[in-house]
Amino acid sequence: MSKAVSALGGVSHKGFAEVAEAGLRGMITVRGDLGSAAMKKAVKAAAGTAVPAQRRIEVAGERAAAWMSPDELLVLVPYGEAQATVAALEAALSGTHHLVADVSDARAVFTIRGARADEVLRKLCPVDLDALAEGEIRRTRAAQVASAFWKSGPDEFTLVSFRSVAAYVMGLLEVSARPGSELFPA
Amino acid sequence: MLTLECPCCDVKAEETELAAGGEAHLKRYGPGSTDEEFESYLFVRKNPRGVHFERWRHAYGCGKWFLAARCTATLEVFGTYPAQSKEPPADLQAKIKAKRPDWEGWK
Amino acid sequence: MSTRLSKGGRLIDRTKPLSFTFNGRRMKGYAGDTLASALLGEGQTMVGRSFKYHRPRGVMASGAEEPNALVGLGQGGRFEPNQRTTTTELFEGAETVSQNHWPSLEFDIGAINNKVARFLPAGFYYKTFMFPRFAWKHLFEPIVRQSAGLGKVPTHRDEDRYEYAYGFADLVIVGGGIAGIAAALAAGRAGKRVWLIEQTAHWGGRAVVDGVQIDGQDADAWVKTAVEALAAMENVTLRTRTMAAGLYDHGYLLAYERVADHTPGDRRPRHRLWRLRAGHVVTATGAIERPLSFAGNDIPGVMLASAVRDYVVNWGVSPGDRTVVVTNNDDAYRTALALLDAGLVVPAVIDARPEAKGELPEAVRSRGVRVLVGHGIAKVKGGKEVTGVSVCIQAGEGAEIESLACDAVAMSGGWSPVVHLWSHCGGKLLWDEAQAMFRPDPKRPATGDDGAAMVTAVGAANGILTPHEILADAHQAVGGAGTAPGAVAATEVPMQPVWIMPQGAGPALRMKMWLDPQNDVKVSDVQLAAREGYESVEHTKRYTTLGMATDQGKVSNINGLAVLSGALNRAIPATGTTTFRPPYTPISMGAIAGEARGEIFQPLRRTPMHEWHETHGAHWEPVGQWRRAYTYLRTGEGVHDAVNREIRAVRNSVGLLDASTLGKLIVKGPDAGRFLDMLYTNMMSTLPVGKCRYGLMCTENGFLSDDGVVVRLSEDTWLCHTTTGGAERIHGWMEDWLQCEWWDWKVYTANVTEEYAQVAVAGPNARRLLEKLGGIDVSKDAFPFMEWREGTLGGFRARVYRISFSGELSYEVAVPASEGRAFWDALLKAGEEFGVTPYGTEAMHIMRAEKGFIMIGDETDGTVIPQDLNLQWAISKKKADYLGKRAQERSHMVDPDRWKLVGLETLDGSVIPDGAYAVAEGVNANGQRNMQGRVTSTYFSPTLGKGIAMGLVKHGPNRMGEVLDFPVDGGRVVKARIVDPVFFDKDGEKQNV
Repeated sequence: MSKAVSALGGVSHKGFAEVAEAGLRGMITVRGDLGSAAMKKAVKAAAGTAVPAQRRIEVAGERAAAWMSPDELLVLVPYGEAQATVAALEAALSGTHHLVADVSDARAVFTIRGARADEVLRKLCPVDLDALAEGEIRRTRAAQVASAFWKSGPDEFTLVSFRSVAAYVMGLLEVSARPGSELFPA
Repeated sequence: MLTLECPCCDVKAEETELAAGGEAHLKRYGPGSTDEEFESYLFVRKNPRGVHFERWRHAYGCGKWFLAARCTATLEVFGTYPAQSKEPPADLQAKIKAKRPDWEGWK
Repeated sequence: MSTRLSKGGRLIDRTKPLSFTFNGRRMKGYAGDTLASALLGEGQTMVGRSFKYHRPRGVMASGAEEPNALVGLGQGGRFEPNQRTTTTELFEGAETVSQNHWPSLEFDIGAINNKVARFLPAGFYYKTFMFPRFAWKHLFEPIVRQSAGLGKVPTHRDEDRYEYAYGFADLVIVGGGIAGIAAALAAGRAGKRVWLIEQTAHWGGRAVVDGVQIDGQDADAWVKTAVEALAAMENVTLRTRTMAAGLYDHGYLLAYERVADHTPGDRRPRHRLWRLRAGHVVTATGAIERPLSFAGNDIPGVMLASAVRDYVVNWGVSPGDRTVVVTNNDDAYRTALALLDAGLVVPAVIDARPEAKGELPEAVRSRGVRVLVGHGIAKVKGGKEVTGVSVCIQAGEGAEIESLACDAVAMSGGWSPVVHLWSHCGGKLLWDEAQAMFRPDPKRPATGDDGAAMVTAVGAANGILTPHEILADAHQAVGGAGTAPGAVAATEVPMQPVWIMPQGAGPALRMKMWLDPQNDVKVSDVQLAAREGYESVEHTKRYTTLGMATDQGKVSNINGLAVLSGALNRAIPATGTTTFRPPYTPISMGAIAGEARGEIFQPLRRTPMHEWHETHGAHWEPVGQWRRAYTYLRTGEGVHDAVNREIRAVRNSVGLLDASTLGKLIVKGPDAGRFLDMLYTNMMSTLPVGKCRYGLMCTENGFLSDDGVVVRLSEDTWLCHTTTGGAERIHGWMEDWLQCEWWDWKVYTANVTEEYAQVAVAGPNARRLLEKLGGIDVSKDAFPFMEWREGTLGGFRARVYRISFSGELSYEVAVPASEGRAFWDALLKAGEEFGVTPYGTEAMHIMRAEKGFIMIGDETDGTVIPQDLNLQWAISKKKADYLGKRAQERSHMVDPDRWKLVGLETLDGSVIPDGAYAVAEGVNANGQRNMQGRVTSTYFSPTLGKGIAMGLVKHGPNRMGEVLDFPVDGGRVVKARIVDPVFFDKDGEKQNV
């Protein structure tokens, strides 16, 4: 058994949507000049994607780069590759003003699956989901805690929160997905 | 509950995503300043009924601070603009002046 | 007596009978009934008693405006008082009880209040119970408590669940009558994202009851077709059972959906609070009929005329065999016609107007019914039910001209538009003289974030009472294309305001004219308030309690302010209305709480080792949203003993503290050193790579705000530790300065607090424990105090800081959070031979106090500057500026009389109570004893075997050895000597080994 464990050990619940803790994911905060050539190269090498535009997440297989703010990205990689990716990013950005921080262990990742997955989020986040564009990442709050989510599949959302509140977030998701509480029943 | 458009991520955020930061365009006075100057920086606020410039942070969103021009009486929002502004943008000032002819300016 | 008619009732399904109970009696209703219609159908005319006089009360209305017919509904975890029977749908097995009586509804002791009513006028509460003073507590209050309150408080935990949901729309239309439907059709066809919400379970509103024809069809058929068309539009969302509770800034509309009130226990959420954000709001909320003020208008069987025909038409319920209609307008004649159509008797229509020659009165006359114009009701006869009315001349003083036997009275004083939502966010009203109503002033609407109108009122809510004009108004208001639907209905001639019936009624009659039947406010009460000098309608409301009940005066307000205006001899618009405040009708506390209850009431932050703590006796302490172990209780051990055991273990061998909650902020960039020099009082730019330094942060007011150890990770990177509660706040503070003041400085920050699990390994055996794990040289020479090392410790990626908050040889080890639990387990295993002991926050607090270390929040309270705490050593004198420096130069901050930090040692070894003050000679201007100091931290020190404390004392550091008096509870005085705050190991020999 690996000594690295996610906050909730991959717990899941099946309601009108299936909510699950997705396990550990490599995540790296990158701050710097998002328009620079060095950043372009660094992100391409680390995530295999272009530098995402405002509020976009660019996905390439198991890797992705998400826009967090005008001077911040989140690079997602498999958990085991986080340290190597940090090193690669540091090297690629050396000589520029930047900050690279491994935050893989500071986060919890959840998936919400099903045709009504959006309804779970509609109960928790003050976000107009009808206006959420394809490939958009939205930073907001889920009930009382900070979170970010994006549509990670045809019927799937991925939501990221801080690790310490993972149990709270899973409680929110489980309660919100309970059968009978569909927002727009047929 | 207000909505303000964050100029850093262009999200029209509701107030629960935001944190208020008080009056904008204050000048910081440090060591060497007079008591009056320091008082003006730390304590004296305009608190107008009408056009007001404010600091807000998109706390649950992109985390950035921005500035907003708002009417404290009607809650009309004239516009939002980057925190890195020494004064309200000229076009915003013109827009406010057109809507509030009695407005005496931001200073 | 009311009864169920043999046929009719457009909303009920007679093939689906439902059984329910009222005060334990089994009763029967039908699917589609409300509790009110079912009770009336069973002849239960009296359904409760009033709040103050305990007078018998029956159903007055048929909707949200009902003031009287409230019941306790349900059992155990589903019991709820004050459920409005007129808006509660009947369900199988509903258990209801009437309210405000003892011992029974029929016989009530409290009704004595009614007999002495003339001694309980407006302001009674303010005028009585004043003297003698002792009587309040021992006599008045117990009696008031016994009889006060509306309904009974639930005693069980709520079994249901509730939730929020967020919705967004271009247009939210409130009200599913023909106005709302017409507006939705027009806006929906224009492609707008539309929500149409209706508070009842049914579409159509009044028009479907009143026999209106729309586009050549019955209103019923038109509504059905229209709703089907709306349901087929993807851009339109339809919701019944959803009440718009309040409208707030920038189009924020709270809508209360009663998802499962009519199907309790089906596992759906009971209520859902929609937090809608609307580009624009259309209020199509209709109008509410006003009662007439005549004596005995509160007796069960006296109802609003519109409600009477609702019960007949919608639910097939007769309010009585013989119903007298009393009115000041044409509309009430529809009620007479509905009653006649149902085969019931209308002894007369009493019309206060001098003549009634409209289409509707003529239709009633043609059916052989007497119409008595210029007349009124002098009083209603009966007690628990109506037995007749005494007819008088409206212009007179109430002498009986004729007595009419009847068992119900249908009254109509005209209509008031429902302007609540229009008004919630600042929309203004104007007085419509012709219709005697306040209606929305279209020139002064509530405005939104763009400064434009945020709300449009349409239809009856806009003061338009005729169907054809209502439809045109609604269609046009949303910019509908083409022509509006057209309606045909009987034409009406103008109403005539009647505020008191008869107009010359004397005091005896006025004392029996109810304005607010729920709060028992009468015409005489409002007139008394006016005589006693209350001119403002808001003051009168509070003095008399008019409109302050759970119905918020929906039927009473306009009549009340008309009476007030009359008494003050001024026009109604000069008096104005009271403020309309959300919610429109009461909403459940559960809906307000949403999902936030039980485990998810609030976020609880857990460290990676949380589960271990939980299974090892952790006695929790909340620190912000974190839970930290205060101490770990072993079987049979008390808290105090556990803390002392932990301290002894640390002092004598080795202990472990979960310090993961400490804030960890990375600050990086070419200007990071300069930035930290501004943030901290001491110099951080000069900290060599590889070293740690304790630092203080102040607000611009000069007061201490946070502290912690700063670590220089590399040439351009620092790691700042903050207090547990300070991480997010200080990170925000840093970003504030970087984004808003020094935006040209090249600095980035990142909050990595949760990336690491951090463990303090403290005690004489700390080094041996880490050496057992192996991987990093932790020897005295290789790893000096206030330095850090990075590497692999026992196979874990670790960063180790040699810092100490306990005064012991101590290392703080940070590992990735995901490995935190495994690392903790590894430390416990390796430490077995040393008897390694996890310790909690209290042991940490006591050990730091033994060492004289300050604690943010104990020694500081937002008024303390570092200089007060003798921390001058941590304040740079070289720096031209840092946050708080200028403030600390202010005269009050450099005052030599400021209280300063000292240690305090009781003469008898006892523990001084926390927060105790040291008294000085003399008294202050308020005659209170002068003070010269206070306790900031106080503990029993197991290390020293006595009580120790820290405190702030005037000129303290110059008064070593002096003894101070600390008066405590019970007149006792604890004497304590001023000493050095470092109680233990003054030379730091224990940590520097």
